Amino acid sequence: MTREMLQILLYLVAAALFIFGIKGLTHPRSAVRGNMLGALGMLLAIVVTLAFANILSWNWIIVGLAIGAVVGVVLAVKVQMTAMPELVAMFNGLGGGASFLVAGAELQREGGLPMSALPAVAIAGIIGSITLTGSLVAFVKLREKKWIEKAILPGHKFINAALALLAFAMAALFIWQGHGWEYWVLVLFALALGVLLVTPIGGADMPVVIALLNSYSGLAAAATGFVLENTLLIIAGSLVGASGLILTRIMCIAMNRSLRNVLFGVMAPAGSGGDADTVYAGKVKATTPEEVAMLFDTARRVVIIPGYGMAVAQAQHVVRDLANLLESRGAEVEYGIHPVAGRMPGHMNVLLAEADVPYDKLKEMDEINSTMEQVDVAMVIGANDVVNPEARTNPRSPIAGMPIINVDQARTVVVVKRSLSPGFAGIPNPLFAADNCLMMFGDGKKALVELVSALKSS
Amino acid sequence: MTLALLITIFVLAVFIGFEIITKVPPTLHTPLMSGANAISGITIVGALVAVGTETTWLATALGFIALVMATVNVVGGFLVTHRMLAMFRKK
Repeated sequence: MTREMLQILLYLVAAALFIFGIKGLTHPRSAVRGNMLGALGMLLAIVVTLAFANILSWNWIIVGLAIGAVVGVVLAVKVQMTAMPELVAMFNGLGGGASFLVAGAELQREGGLPMSALPAVAIAGIIGSITLTGSLVAFVKLREKKWIEKAILPGHKFINAALALLAFAMAALFIWQGHGWEYWVLVLFALALGVLLVTPIGGADMPVVIALLNSYSGLAAAATGFVLENTLLIIAGSLVGASGLILTRIMCIAMNRSLRNVLFGVMAPAGSGGDADTVYAGKVKATTPEEVAMLFDTARRVVIIPGYGMAVAQAQHVVRDLANLLESRGAEVEYGIHPVAGRMPGHMNVLLAEADVPYDKLKEMDEINSTMEQVDVAMVIGANDVVNPEARTNPRSPIAGMPIINVDQARTVVVVKRSLSPGFAGIPNPLFAADNCLMMFGDGKKALVELVSALKSS
Repeated sequence: MTLALLITIFVLAVFIGFEIITKVPPTLHTPLMSGANAISGITIVGALVAVGTETTWLATALGFIALVMATVNVVGGFLVTHRMLAMFRKK
């Protein structure tokens, strides 16, 4: 057996570990093991690479690995669970960035690359660059930095189309000529494109964007695998590409929007939902924590519907306290989780798990909807569009057809929200004016703390 | 020929990806994403070769930046996924 063959076979073992790893991650019981198998595969890949490549100098390798490992550990250990979407976005971007840099480094190799490798270099350059800057913009947006909104240029669609054309033209030139400078110009265009593509995308669409960038980071690695003729990169990259696409699709279905619609932002005009004054005029009932506490005295079945507002207010722990208190009084408490609640796939699940909420209490949308009519109190915390009945009732609404949690069918709805301001879709929510709805205005955490103390004293 | 083989591997791996991720419970959406993301840091392999075997300073420099980025991605990705899953499991 030749050295090369042995290396490829060991890479195959690593690839198998990745496959078992990802498969494990899709089932609750095997998820921890799955993640470890993935990490083991990665370790094997690194060791095999170092053992088989004729490494000339170890200095920079050791320094690079050390810096990366320290930064990675610090980030992973320090991060707050509420900041998880940003962190995932950043890791996506780093993976994409590393891919186009490696492709670029190969291009500088003495003697150059064969012509047949150039298309793969170009693809790695485009996808990797878009992943890097797109993820960084997503990171900034998730940190709620408003200045990024100013970067939305008028006519950005035309600029994007022009940039994409330039990038493809440059890619064609590069594949034809094979000069290094053409690659870097192409990378510059793609980096700019990544910024401009993600900047105008709204916060509520972030779960789709994050999942898609996740897919891209895999595809960029696969493209780099073609450049290096490395089977492991191709297999690992395409697995991640597939898993990201599946998540992207789940998110799109949960919003009843096509991927194109999310990416190119053709949201229906917000005017068709009626204006806020006529929807809300005189019908909105504000309530106090004391009143809600009295309401809970007789409630047997309570459902909590969390949204991004809960994450912003960091209210997950007090939500758990509230649920525990209600349960100690004999009520049944469950959580209704909309698939796109929050800013990344599974965002609410992560937050509630951090607050020690058992995951069998977290119910999927369809499951909770089927029993909503028997719910005494549905409590909406920082969610808006995902509980807007317009999606069901008004075919002209921008969110028409989006699956929602039907809290309006519960006996009483309590909405914890700072104001009547619209959600991402920019439309008023008739739920807030419904007869069975009470608005508990205030910061999510503060309002709930007051509610918990009111419950304790009653 | 090599290219055709690599394309074959690529397409088959995509199929495997779609097959093994059939039904993901929402609880695992985030961990699956961040775990998969850590695996996409496999570019670290390319970065190691670039840093260790390149003879021009530019290629080594590019490889070095890529190595740092990919290592953060890999180490941070697996670790943070583990942290999240540990939260799910402690009930």
